[in-house]
Amino acid sequence: MPLDQSFVGRSWPPTEPYLVGREKIREFARAIGATDAEYHDPEAARALGYADVVAPPTFPVAITMPASREVVADPALGVDYSRVVHGDQRFAYTRPVVAGDALVCVNTVEEILSRGGHEFLTTRTDVTTEAGEPVVTVWSKLVVRGDS
Amino acid sequence: MTVELEPQTFRVTRADLVRYAGASGDFNPIHWSDRIATGVGLPGVIAHGMFTMALVGRAVTTWAGAADAVVEFSVRFSRPVPVPDTDEGTDVVVSASVKEVTDEGHTRLSLTATCNGDKVLSMAQALIRKR
Repeated sequence: MPLDQSFVGRSWPPTEPYLVGREKIREFARAIGATDAEYHDPEAARALGYADVVAPPTFPVAITMPASREVVADPALGVDYSRVVHGDQRFAYTRPVVAGDALVCVNTVEEILSRGGHEFLTTRTDVTTEAGEPVVTVWSKLVVRGDS
Repeated sequence: MTVELEPQTFRVTRADLVRYAGASGDFNPIHWSDRIATGVGLPGVIAHGMFTMALVGRAVTTWAGAADAVVEFSVRFSRPVPVPDTDEGTDVVVSASVKEVTDEGHTRLSLTATCNGDKVLSMAQALIRKR
């Protein structure tokens, strides 16, 4: 079933703030094998100019993937999640995420394409502080595989 | 002139996928259940695309010298990374070449990740801030 094209260009209200915890950054860094001190030790991070331990570059997906569920899981859009594979991923950083950040996500559907029997859904999530200071913009392209 | 950076190899086991699932919140069963992975036509359990991208991110931050040096980072997941249920798991090899230096002085890296000799990413690149 094709995705509902009327979703293209639509944005959702800001999500509730996600409070970035020091232990969550440490857990994520351990899970990807990132052992450098700035991911684990607040003193080492401050010595390098960060406010607290800094998150590895792909950490924002731990925030944006759950946040974008409000789009992807909307029955009206028509995504069959059992047929979804991750197509593309892109980050554009204003600054890195650090422990203590309270981050708000605004989701937008940028593009819906139908090609070769598959559907392609591109979402953009603008991640900012509660005051609206930009932090990172995250694009994900999901592929909903066709029946063939 | 093309500058090649020293390739970096990352070992990936099932335990790594379980740990990444917990840390990232991505519990899609194709990353931990052979039954469900083969049921949707995969060769078996595969790594999270975002886990592979995280390993590439480690290589990028190592080359860049700092976590905050990365301005942009993008990949296309072109092939799955199968992770066998063995002690050895599999290896992902990440390499990079310097593609250009932009007008603002940023360095654009063209990135490659391979598993069993196959390229698992395409159009992968990172833009690195001058330090």
